[in-house]
Amino acid sequence: MIAIIDYDAGNLASVERAVSYLGFKCIVTNNIKTIDSSERIIFPGVGAAGAAMDSLKRLGLDSVIKQAVIDGKPILGICLGTQIIMEYSEENETPCLKIINGFVKAFPPDIKSKDGSRLKIPHMGWNGLENIKKHPVLSDLHEEDEFYFVHGYYPYPTDSEHILATTDYGISFASVIGFNNIIATQFHPEKSGRPGLSLLKNFCLWE
Amino acid sequence: MLSKRIIPCLDVREGRTTKGIRFKNNVDIGNPVEMASFYYEAGADELVFYDITASHEKRNIMIDVVRRVAETIFIPFSVGGGIRDVNDMRNVLLAGAEKVSVNSAAVKNHEIISQGAEIFGSQCIVLGMDVKYVGESVKIPSGYEIVINGGRKYMGIDALKWAVEAQKLGAGEICLNSIDADGTQDGYDLKLTSLISKNVSIPVIASGGAGKPEHLCEVLTKGKADAALIASMVHYGTYTVSKIKKYLDSCGIKVRKSW
Repeated sequence: MIAIIDYDAGNLASVERAVSYLGFKCIVTNNIKTIDSSERIIFPGVGAAGAAMDSLKRLGLDSVIKQAVIDGKPILGICLGTQIIMEYSEENETPCLKIINGFVKAFPPDIKSKDGSRLKIPHMGWNGLENIKKHPVLSDLHEEDEFYFVHGYYPYPTDSEHILATTDYGISFASVIGFNNIIATQFHPEKSGRPGLSLLKNFCLWE
Repeated sequence: MLSKRIIPCLDVREGRTTKGIRFKNNVDIGNPVEMASFYYEAGADELVFYDITASHEKRNIMIDVVRRVAETIFIPFSVGGGIRDVNDMRNVLLAGAEKVSVNSAAVKNHEIISQGAEIFGSQCIVLGMDVKYVGESVKIPSGYEIVINGGRKYMGIDALKWAVEAQKLGAGEICLNSIDADGTQDGYDLKLTSLISKNVSIPVIASGGAGKPEHLCEVLTKGKADAALIASMVHYGTYTVSKIKKYLDSCGIKVRKSW
């Protein structure tokens, strides 16, 4: 069973639908026992870092996630879930879970593309991956595959070993991060068509 | 680099897709769930659904359509039409839409945008704008006026002023529809689109008037649009999303090519 962690951070049904579509059993839950006994964990989320951390603490889920990292359980972070595993977020000046060293930064407001045109914030839409490291969850990607992003903040790991892929949006930022049993994407694999589903499937099979 | 999005738009009335010209003379063109699946496979980057069901009692038909679409496709889609309050927003988002679009209700009650953004996040809230060129005046300095209730009621509000205001209220995106261009297949309103897009920091989806791939090329470059809505040109099989993208790629516009 895959536990999709419910901490009042957005609509998690799309993650559940995608995982079920792929034929894996999953449950959207905030129950600590259910999460503890699950085989793997998906940690999604949309919204603001401050409110999300408050909910995690109130529900007692912060320590559950940290324990799962120590236990070696496969964990997939998505979007806000990916930012929350860092040490600190500039959004609402929020201390986060400190699972990966580094922090979460806002895109600069005057961000420009290579041709000098102004880029809009949030970074919303389809974008590709670069500097992809070898990883079982990322193994089926094609060169031109793109993923769906919606975010105004991005993770900035201090240890480059933790950056598994980058994406270019005026700046090059870490769009997939992780180490050992945890992998986390800034984009939404559940909304990214075939390549997104393939990434999710690889995660569901990852040992 | 971010790709420009190509977004087929489906008008849905009582559970069936329809298409009209300048908001009139709608004809039945198919099952929205099957069409969604077709466009998903064909490489659409996102979909937009407008519920144009007149009768309020029959609106739950749309919720069922949204639920079935969400089980079938794995790209973002938005749902608009007749969204009156936060509760209506919640219903379509819970049924599986990624975004909800508000139009007339937001003009009448600005707070629906800020409330929606606060509860669901700005990224969920699309401001739909129906705009008509009326000539520049003191009241309408840009010359573009906001029209609501499906193109029937002129509001005396300047489109540019409203776009900037809606962004402040928390709209995460603008879907900008030109009533003059809608259904004509003569091309988007480039002047209107670039005017709005240059003056807001949120993405702008151009809507109304797409008839051939060249029109998308124009609006995504000169029109400064972040995404382009298409309907007639793909609904009747004249073009496919993939063919349009091939053309845009040949023009040097970044589009998603692998799906």
